[in-house]
Amino acid sequence: MTALPPSIVDAAKLLRARKTSSLELTEAALSRAHADRFNTWLLLADDHARAQAKVADERLNRGDAPLLCGIPWACKDIIGTKGIETTAASRILKGYVPPYSATVVERLDAEGAVMVGKTNLDEFAMGSSNENSAFGPVKNPWCVERVPGGSSGGSAVAVAADEVLFALGTDTGGSIRQPAALSGVAGMKPTYGRVSRYGVVAFASSLDQVGPFTHTVEDAAIVCEALFGKDPHDATTMPLAREDLRRDLAKGVKGLRIGVPKEFFIEGMEPGVEKAVRDALRELERQGANIVEVSLSLTDHGLAVYYIIQPAEASSNLARYDGVRYGLRAEGPDLLETYRRTRGQGFGAEVKRRMILGTYALSAGYYDAYYVKAQKVRTLIKAEFDAAFAKCDAIVTPTSPTVAFKIGQKVNDPLAMYLNDVFTLPGNIAGLPGISIPCGLSEGLPVGLQIMANSFAEATMFRVAAAYERATPHQARPERKAA
Amino acid sequence: MPIDRQTVVHVADLARIALTDEEVERFTGQLSVVLDAVARLGEVDTSTIAPTASVLPLQDVQREDEPRPGLTTDQALANAPRGGRDGEFFRVQEVLEER
Repeated sequence: MTALPPSIVDAAKLLRARKTSSLELTEAALSRAHADRFNTWLLLADDHARAQAKVADERLNRGDAPLLCGIPWACKDIIGTKGIETTAASRILKGYVPPYSATVVERLDAEGAVMVGKTNLDEFAMGSSNENSAFGPVKNPWCVERVPGGSSGGSAVAVAADEVLFALGTDTGGSIRQPAALSGVAGMKPTYGRVSRYGVVAFASSLDQVGPFTHTVEDAAIVCEALFGKDPHDATTMPLAREDLRRDLAKGVKGLRIGVPKEFFIEGMEPGVEKAVRDALRELERQGANIVEVSLSLTDHGLAVYYIIQPAEASSNLARYDGVRYGLRAEGPDLLETYRRTRGQGFGAEVKRRMILGTYALSAGYYDAYYVKAQKVRTLIKAEFDAAFAKCDAIVTPTSPTVAFKIGQKVNDPLAMYLNDVFTLPGNIAGLPGISIPCGLSEGLPVGLQIMANSFAEATMFRVAAAYERATPHQARPERKAA
Repeated sequence: MPIDRQTVVHVADLARIALTDEEVERFTGQLSVVLDAVARLGEVDTSTIAPTASVLPLQDVQREDEPRPGLTTDQALANAPRGGRDGEFFRVQEVLEER
């Protein structure tokens, strides 16, 4: 077998019909990953993957295996993996080998899933293009001169280029949904509090969530079922019962109220993106959904709130990289100078910019004007979403205002780069679940449709996404398109 | 409010990050643009609004305080930087002077 099946569901059927084995799927994934041309991987764990595949095949033969058993997947290299180097794509963590695995990795291990390797990202997940990796940018498989989006660009591309059947990413302001949109796959950020962050390199702790990249909506729901749930190691996980997230997938959208925020169709949105999203809304309406206009008047201010809170939290979280207990140490004449040199040499430009911005926003004299002000506007943004969800069951928007842009195009203009996430970061500010699914092409490049739901209403979000997916042929793969 | 060179140097120092002159120059310009953009938050009236630190409907999460195994000393020290381990300890430079 040289190609992988088109989805987790298809692979699981083949495994149960004995038409393939986990080892065969894993060899196919490894062989495609080793031939990767997009700088997707920071590490391939061949031996680890083959060992997991053999155990998975034994379990499949016994006949009591969960759906993800034997399925090859890719792990964003900001998620800790016991005994396997984890760098967050930063020079400061190069060589770091975690002594324990993140809870999300342990949960997938328990399902019998097969981790193939660690994917490239923007350093510490700070970026929207994957150009901020200390180990080189990831390229978009639809057009290698363009970015795949970020920060989870490697995870998006590992799925888009058919090198694995799913991948994990993290999303702080859009880092799963935006690269999913730009790379033409499904990418989902759960409600804040759904998924444990234990063992994940912390970025902005009031915003970060872990979630999946997949080819289909159903696959995303399957992975979420394995990830969701309380973890005693993470006090921010909600104590909710296990939930069947696929229960509403086939129900369709007839009678559902779909909110469209009037402020999201902004100046600067590419016409091809707007057209694809308007067409998607018409399709949902054709299926019987009621389209209702909602107002999220603070959308513009969301970017400002995000670019205060996120760097402020990051500047605190990244204080731990001091060259004492792990990672790089650049020794100076005294300890203070060792800290300064270690961090000066270990962090890349974008990380330094955000450390300075965050430290500034938290420093004496600016704390109230910036940090507390942003937290107050955060209250108002959450309240606007609450009011919107009183009028609708889901909110549908573009995921990103543009399709994939050229490598290098925005690298010296941080503000232009930050605008990539203007439609996704409100979901992080308010803690809401959101999924990006393919909704056609503009100028030959994928456009993403974002579907958001109220907190803990992932089943409704999946229901809308699945209804749209069934009616459209947008699951094309880049290589198949080129063929 | 634009940020000046001196402020960037001061804040980088607070953040314990050594910057080159070229970085100070570049970041001063870039951060001024970003700070100008975020300053627009001043337009939003928040006089009666409480700040939100977390949207999670949970507080004071507790668990049983039960002893359980942790990392061994060797595991905890295994990632020490080059020259950063001394037996059972992390080695750092002196911070207190002898009198």
